[in-house]
Amino acid sequence: MYPAQFDYEKAGSVSEAIDAISGHSDAELIAGGHSLLPTMKSGLAEPEMLVDIGDIDELHGIEHHDGHTHIGAMTRYADVAEDNTLWEEAPVVAETTEMIGDRQVRNRGTVGGNIAHADPASDLPGAVLAADATVHIAGPDGERSVEADDFFHGMYATDVGEDELVTGVQVPHEGTAGAYAKKPNPASGYALVGVAVRLTMDGDTVADARIGANGVMDHGTRLEPAEDAVEGQALSGDSIGAAGDAAGSSLDEYMVMEDQQASAEFRLQLLGAYTERALEAAGERAGVL
Amino acid sequence: MATEETDHEDGVQSIDPDDVDTEDILGSAIERREDPALVSGEAEYTDDIQKPEMTHMAMVRSQYAHAEIEEVDTSAAEEMDGVVAVYTADDLDVPGNLPVGWLLDSLEQVNHPILAGDRVRYQGDAVAIVVAEERYQAHDAADAVDVEYERLDAVAHPGEALDDDAPVIHEEAGSNQAFDWEIGDQEATKQAFEEAETTVSLDLHNQLLIPNAIEPRATVADYHPRTDELELDMTSQNPHVHRLLMSGVIDHPEHKLSIRAPEVGGGFGSKIHHYADEALTALAAKDLERPVKWTATRTETYITDAQGRGHETTGEMALDEDGNITGLRVHTKANMGAYLSTFAPSIPTYLYATLLSGQYEIPTIYCTVEGAFTNVPPVDAYRGAGRPEASYVVERLVRQAAREVDMDPAEFRRQNFVPGDAFPYETPVAMAYDSGDYQKTLDRAKEMLNYEEFRERQEQAREDGRYLGVGLSAYIEACGIAPSELVGELGAQAGLWESSVVRFQPSGTVTVYVGTSGHGQGHDTTYAQIVADKLGVDYDDIEVEEGDTDEIPQGMGTYGSRSAAVGGGAIVESAEKVIEKGRKIAAHQLEADPEDVEFENGEYQVAGAPDRSVTIQDVAGASYLAHDIPDDMEPGLEATSFFDPENFVFPFGMHAAIVEVDPDTGEIEFEEYVAVDDVGNQINPKIVEGQIHGGIAQGIGQALYESAEYDDNAQLTTGSMQDYAVPKSSHIPEIKTASTVTESPHNPLGVKGVGEAGTIAAPQAVVNAVVDALEPFDVDHIDMPLTNERVWRAINENGGEH
Repeated sequence: MYPAQFDYEKAGSVSEAIDAISGHSDAELIAGGHSLLPTMKSGLAEPEMLVDIGDIDELHGIEHHDGHTHIGAMTRYADVAEDNTLWEEAPVVAETTEMIGDRQVRNRGTVGGNIAHADPASDLPGAVLAADATVHIAGPDGERSVEADDFFHGMYATDVGEDELVTGVQVPHEGTAGAYAKKPNPASGYALVGVAVRLTMDGDTVADARIGANGVMDHGTRLEPAEDAVEGQALSGDSIGAAGDAAGSSLDEYMVMEDQQASAEFRLQLLGAYTERALEAAGERAGVL
Repeated sequence: MATEETDHEDGVQSIDPDDVDTEDILGSAIERREDPALVSGEAEYTDDIQKPEMTHMAMVRSQYAHAEIEEVDTSAAEEMDGVVAVYTADDLDVPGNLPVGWLLDSLEQVNHPILAGDRVRYQGDAVAIVVAEERYQAHDAADAVDVEYERLDAVAHPGEALDDDAPVIHEEAGSNQAFDWEIGDQEATKQAFEEAETTVSLDLHNQLLIPNAIEPRATVADYHPRTDELELDMTSQNPHVHRLLMSGVIDHPEHKLSIRAPEVGGGFGSKIHHYADEALTALAAKDLERPVKWTATRTETYITDAQGRGHETTGEMALDEDGNITGLRVHTKANMGAYLSTFAPSIPTYLYATLLSGQYEIPTIYCTVEGAFTNVPPVDAYRGAGRPEASYVVERLVRQAAREVDMDPAEFRRQNFVPGDAFPYETPVAMAYDSGDYQKTLDRAKEMLNYEEFRERQEQAREDGRYLGVGLSAYIEACGIAPSELVGELGAQAGLWESSVVRFQPSGTVTVYVGTSGHGQGHDTTYAQIVADKLGVDYDDIEVEEGDTDEIPQGMGTYGSRSAAVGGGAIVESAEKVIEKGRKIAAHQLEADPEDVEFENGEYQVAGAPDRSVTIQDVAGASYLAHDIPDDMEPGLEATSFFDPENFVFPFGMHAAIVEVDPDTGEIEFEEYVAVDDVGNQINPKIVEGQIHGGIAQGIGQALYESAEYDDNAQLTTGSMQDYAVPKSSHIPEIKTASTVTESPHNPLGVKGVGEAGTIAAPQAVVNAVVDALEPFDVDHIDMPLTNERVWRAINENGGEH
C-alpha cells in the first residue's frame, strides 16, 4: 500500500547504472516499474535504493538488421506490438506483446524489465523461448549474450547476475509462422496458461517448431514433446491434436503451478488446448491450414 | 393494469436536455447532469477534502480471523515521527457497541465493540488506531503496534459453524446460531410433498461476494469544542441513518452531529451500514480537537466491507402429474459473519424468503433459515440483498423441475406463472404483488432470442460436438420496502418513508431537498426531471440536494432500489402541495375562485379564460414579496412531505442467455444476452438501461468470476483484485434490452425501481444456460462461480457425454 522509504538515483548510461547497483548491497533497477512498484507497495520488496534506467538512450528502441531485430531493454511493449517488421519476421513476439496486460500497461511496461523479472505467469518468456532469441546482458566485466534457452532459471530467477542488467533482446528473423494463445487469469490478466509458437516451414512441412509455455511451471518452459509431434510433417488437425496431447507430457505434475483459478491438473488440460490453439493460429498465419 | 412494450435492442440514445420541452422531460433519456464533474475529476469525494491542521488515521487490524488478544504494545508506535495519538479499546470511554437495526424473535444480539478488547473475530477486526500528521506516518506507526495473540480455531462457512464441535465465536451466545427463523406453512408444505407426483431437490451454494465499490470507505471528522458540534464527511448511502446510529454509539447528541456525504463512488449496499471506522474517526477528532481523516486502502475494503450473499441452501420443489408446482421447501444456512451488521438479520430472512414464490403460483411454501456467526467480516446487504439469493433458488429449481417432467423450461414457466388477471396477488410467503404481466416478458425474450430456432440449432450443434445452451431467469424483486408500520412489524428498528422539501426561490428557480442519498445513480438528473414535469418549470431552473443532515430535514437514504419509488413519491407530494398553495395565490391575483383555476405546464389559468393566467414562477415571486397574497396565508412557496407508500413495488422481467461451452476447457462464450425488464414507468430510459447493464455485469460477475474464498483458518485467499476476479468489460457480452411497462399503483409516479434488477436476474440466467448446454453430460448443477475448472470437472465427473 505505502512503500518503505528508499533512495533514488537516475542513471545516464549503462555504465552508470552498473556502477550504481554494484556499489550498493540492496539496490534494484527500475524500468517501467510495473512489476517492482506493486511489490514495493504491498511490502513484498523493500529495496533501499532504486536505480532508474528509464532515461538511458542506448536502451531504447527497435533496430532492424539483416536477419534479426534488436529490441532495446527499455522499449515499451506498445512499440513492439506496433512494429510491422516484427509482425512479419517474428510474429510470435509481436503478438505476445500485444496481449500483455492492457493499453496502460503496454505503454509503460518494458521488454527488458519483463524478462529480467521473470514472473512465471508473464507472457514474454514463452515468446522469447519460441523465437530463439538472444538476451544481451551488461555487467562490470562488459557485455555478454545468453540464449533464451539458458536465460530463465526459475521463479523470478534468471541468468542476470546481481551487478548486471539486460540491455536488449535479439530476435532472429526466422520461422515466419508464429502465434501466441493465452488464457488470461480472469482476475489478474496474467497468463493462467500462455503458449507461444514459432514454426519454420518448408513448403507444407514443419521443418522446425519451437513452443514456449508461460504460467505452467516456475519459469517459461519449452514444450519439446509438442514440438516433436508437429516437426517433419505437414501441419494437420491430427498433428496438432497430437501436440496438444503431448504438451504437458514432459512436465513434472508436482511442479505445475496451482492457484485459485486452476489446479495443476486443470492447468495441464488448458496447456494442451492452448497448444492446439496456438498451432492452429500459426498454421493459419502461414497459410497451411 | 395495462402493460406497454418498448424496444431498444440497439441501445437507448441519450438526448441533450436542451432539445426536450419541459412537458416531455419526464421519461426522456436525457444526459446525466452530474457526469461532467464526475468524469473530469472536479467532483469532490471524501478523500479530496482537506482541512487545516488535519491529521490522518490508520487502523491496526488483526491478521488472524480468531484469536484472544494477550497484549497490545503501542510504545514503539507512540515514539514514531508524526504520531499524534494511539488508542486501544482501553483508551475509549464510550458505549462503543455497534447496533443492529433489524430484530428477529430468536436473534442473539451479541456485543459489537468498535475496537476489539479481548478477542478478535475476523481478519481485519480493528485492535487499535493510530493518528499521525501524515497518512504514511499513520500507516507506518500502525505497523509498529505490537499485538500478541493467542490463536483460536476459526470457521468460515455457515454449515461448519453450526456444527456442534465448531469453535464458538461469541461465548455469550452459547453457540454460533445467530437466529433460527421460519416462514410459510410447514404442515401444508409437508403434505404437498407427500402427495407430489414428482419432487426435485438441489443443494445450492450462493457464494460470499466482496462489494468492490470503486471508492473505498472514508471519513473526515471535525470537532468544534466551543459549540460541541461534530461534523463528518463520509462515504454514506444514508447520512441521517448514520447520524442517528452514531449519536448512540459515540454518545454525542444527534442535534450536535452533522453528517454529509460528498460525492460517493458507489456502494452496492456496503456504505449503508454503520462500521466501527467512522465512529473511531469521530472519537479521535473529538479527543484531539483536530480534524481526522481516515480512508480505507483497497486491501482494507476487502477485509472489512460488509460482504454479500453467503448462503448454503437445500431447495425442494413438489410437482403434480401435469407439471404444476404444488409446493416449495427451502432450508438455508446463512453466513452472518463475525458480528451482526446494521441490517444484517433482515437480508436472509424478510428480504429473501418472502420472494421465494418468484413469478409463480405456488400453493404452499415453507422456508427455514439459520443465521450463523463465522470468522469472516460481517455479511449484510449487497446489491439485491436477499432477493438474488431467492431468485437463484427458485429459478434453478424451476429449471431442474422442467427437466424432470420433460417440459421445455419456457413452457414450464408459462404454465406456472401467476396469471395476468390475478393481481394484486398474495403469495404464501407474506407478499402482495402489486401488478405484473409475466407472459409478456417471456414472449418478448423468446422472440428476441429466436427461441424455437435456437432449439433446432442446439440440437444440430450437439451432433457436431458443440454444446450450446439457453438459460432463462424469470425474476421478481421487491423494492421500495414499505410501509413503515409493516416493516416495524417485521422487525425493522426504523421507518422506511422518505422526506422531501420542494422550495421555490423568489426569482422562480427551485431547489429540491430529498432524504435519499445517491452515490452514482443519477438522482440529480432524474429528480429534476420529476420536478420539471410536475411544476412545469424549466429543467435547468431546478437544483437537487441530497446527502447532508444539515440541509435535508430527514431521510432514510438510498438502497433497495427505493429512491425513485419512495424518494420520488416524496418529491411529487411536496410538488403537489406547492402547486396547491400557488393555486390559492394565483386565484387571489386573478380574482377567481381557486376551484376555477387550472394548473398546466407551469401556468395557472382561469378555466375558460385563457388570457387570465400567471406562471407558477411569478406566483413564487409574489409569495415571497407577500404584498398581495390571501390574508390568511403565510408568505413563501415551499412544502415538506414525508411519503410512506402503502406497499413495496415489484419489478419483474425475463433475462436470458445463450452460451456455448467448450468441453475441453470449460470455457463459456456468450452468444446472446437479452434482458426484458418491467420496472414500471421510466423516468429516464438511459439511466434505466445503465442500471440494467451494470446490474447484469455484477450478476455475471457472481455467476462466472467472483468469490470471497477463505482457507481453513478463515483467512481470505482472494484478498486483492489480483485474485478476486471483478469482471472486466471484455468479460461482459453485448446486452440486448427491451422493456414492458406495468405501472405500480403504490406511488404517484407508477415507478417500480431498477437499481438491483440486473444483479438479481443474471446469475441464474447464466447458470441455467450452462446447465442446459451440458445436458448431454447429465450435469444437474454447478456451484457459482462457474470457473472453467468447475465446468470442466462437472463434464468429466460423469465420464463425458452420455
